[in-house]
Amino acid sequence: MKLGFSPEEEAFRAECADWLICQMAGEFSDIKGITTLTAKAERRKEWEQRLAEFKWSCIGWPEQWGGRNATLAQQVIFAEEYARAGVPGRVNHIGIELAGPTILALGSDEQKQRFLPGIAAGTTIFCQGFSEPNAGSDLASVRTKGRLEAGEWVVNGQKIWTSLAHISDWIFVVTRTEEGSKGPKGLTFLMMPLDQPGIDVRGITQINGDAEFNETFLTDARCPADSLIGNVGEGWKIAMGLLAFERGVSTLGQQMAFRNELDEIVTAAKANGAANDPLIRQRIAKAEIGLRLMRYGALRMLSNNDHSKIDGAALTYKIQWATWRRNLGELAMDVLGQAGEVGEGSKYEWGTLPNLFLYSRADTIYGGTNQIQRNLIAERGLGLPREPRSDL
Amino acid sequence: MLFAFTDEQKMIAETAQTFFRDNATSARTRLAMGGDGVDRQLWSAFCTELGLAGIALPEGHGGAGLGMVEFAIVAEAAGAQVAAIPLLGLATAARAIAAGGSEEQKAEWLPRLAGGEAIAACEGVPAMAAQGSRLTGTIEFVPHGAVADMFVFVAPGKAWIVRADAPGVSVKAQVTMDQTRPFATVTLSGAEAEALDDPAAAIAAAHSGGWICLAAEALGGAQEALDRTVAYAMERVQFGRQIGSFQAYKHRLADVMVEIEQARSAVYWAACAVDENSDEAQLALHAAKSFAADTFFMAAGNMIQLHGGIGFTWEHDAHLFFKRARSIQTMLGGGNFHREQVAAMVLGEAA
Repeated sequence: MKLGFSPEEEAFRAECADWLICQMAGEFSDIKGITTLTAKAERRKEWEQRLAEFKWSCIGWPEQWGGRNATLAQQVIFAEEYARAGVPGRVNHIGIELAGPTILALGSDEQKQRFLPGIAAGTTIFCQGFSEPNAGSDLASVRTKGRLEAGEWVVNGQKIWTSLAHISDWIFVVTRTEEGSKGPKGLTFLMMPLDQPGIDVRGITQINGDAEFNETFLTDARCPADSLIGNVGEGWKIAMGLLAFERGVSTLGQQMAFRNELDEIVTAAKANGAANDPLIRQRIAKAEIGLRLMRYGALRMLSNNDHSKIDGAALTYKIQWATWRRNLGELAMDVLGQAGEVGEGSKYEWGTLPNLFLYSRADTIYGGTNQIQRNLIAERGLGLPREPRSDL
Repeated sequence: MLFAFTDEQKMIAETAQTFFRDNATSARTRLAMGGDGVDRQLWSAFCTELGLAGIALPEGHGGAGLGMVEFAIVAEAAGAQVAAIPLLGLATAARAIAAGGSEEQKAEWLPRLAGGEAIAACEGVPAMAAQGSRLTGTIEFVPHGAVADMFVFVAPGKAWIVRADAPGVSVKAQVTMDQTRPFATVTLSGAEAEALDDPAAAIAAAHSGGWICLAAEALGGAQEALDRTVAYAMERVQFGRQIGSFQAYKHRLADVMVEIEQARSAVYWAACAVDENSDEAQLALHAAKSFAADTFFMAAGNMIQLHGGIGFTWEHDAHLFFKRARSIQTMLGGGNFHREQVAAMVLGEAA
């Protein structure tokens, strides 16, 4: 067990930090510090391409596909320095963290050739089409239908909460391809181009006034027959594997963004005197401790070399960070007082902390609500009986 | 960077877990609870046959020369069975001597403590009246104080060794809620004391050792409380169903697991940070002590609640966990104290 990094790794850290800071001070200074998913999307696509140009786009991937074969420690370091430098989140994070690794692991050679260079280069932006109006927590009950017709998949249905669909090029959809099948059986995982007449993307305005996610309507939407990952009927397995990729190194970058939010709260508390309140101090300490434990939980998860047991750190990570961040939003408002409830301009727009307060209500919902997480933890982590269901 | 056990550390964990599971049985712990709070047979086997008492003490003085990660592994295993042994003194008193004692003091005490020939206890006091080498004062809540052969007492900027059999030392056992680690009141009336050469180093070592020991015990206890409650949830049937199939029950247990996973990160982060002399060590120690203690209390409280009536009986072991958890929460600084230290660091105030 060792926490420290080697001199070579520290040198790598300096190299990453130098490059990132330099970029954020120079040509890309206009996007520094953006915390929302979609603001200045076009500039952020250019940023994706800049990353790729200097081989920083997907450092953990094999060199053949635009990566650096980076070690785990290097990926940890890069993710931390990325956020520390105030670089905004990746608009192609679905491509880099979900679609890419899935194609790398399960795609055909032809699919790798077709998709990976574009994902790595930041020219193929992906979004994810899982949820539907009637398939939220019960994700396996998707109704979107796909059928093969004259060498093409023809897909009909509606996806919802498709983050970033309005700025993406491709969507992967879980679709029911076996007539009459129920639940996780009979689903297929398809990759579809968004720019086609059969797909209509409409924004959904959120409680903070932004519209980062969408409804995506598929009406005779089409993609070639070889657009599926895995086999027909394996869509559930692939979608679940993909969710596991979500708990990768990117969590560490996310934590550095949380660090920036907590730092902002601390600064505000010192400025307005809230830092003298013993109860606020306790909550600041709890937030600090929670954030550190998130980091060390992620390092445990990434270092895990015992695959004979369920990885408890990984299984509990989602509910841990989501709950932590929701609490952080509430702490932010208690520190700010009523100053947190008024905006600065004439529009319904919010600074980092009030936005954190509002936005963090989504954290405990998307990617599996806290309640679903508790079911998963109880069933997979503790071996308790599964929830009964009456429709299968 | 590798935040996972090495093969050697896994072996130590397996050995320690097997030892305490097989030997620190409920029946034997209860015998100790009815006596002076020490399972002598267990303690002697731990120190001699297993040879783990000196795991983090220096090699030249009867120890194995390993670090706090290895000590935490052992403390976690002991805590899991609420073992009635004076382990804490090895983390506090013995470490204080190793860090701040003279060569003679180390040579005199460490081999005996590592070999189980002597029991050590440690406690801090706000101030102590000293006249030359003689101390006068009352020290309350000394853990396992009534069975200790020697004490390390610390006051701000000072640390002393006091022999339990020295003239002027009187020790009174206290009826203690956690009978697996009972307190004693030690009264010194001009008792002969030996000052430690480097009190600052001794105090720092006693603090870090004590906090890690308690946090690791708490982690082990929390995990065991959860595991036993899960086992009961699978076996107990009400309304024609295993009670563990009710979502209200499952979600409480899931919440416990979420806390335990964080406590595990906290304990080994702190132990690593101390071993690697990292500048995060102080923050990690305060985080680990407060977080793991609260986690244990939450797990043990749920253990009683989720067992229903049987969990409230003397016969069931749930109260052993619950009382140990409560004791750990307060010992060596309560949660609010530790979090306040963290807050001061975060807010950039000088400690």
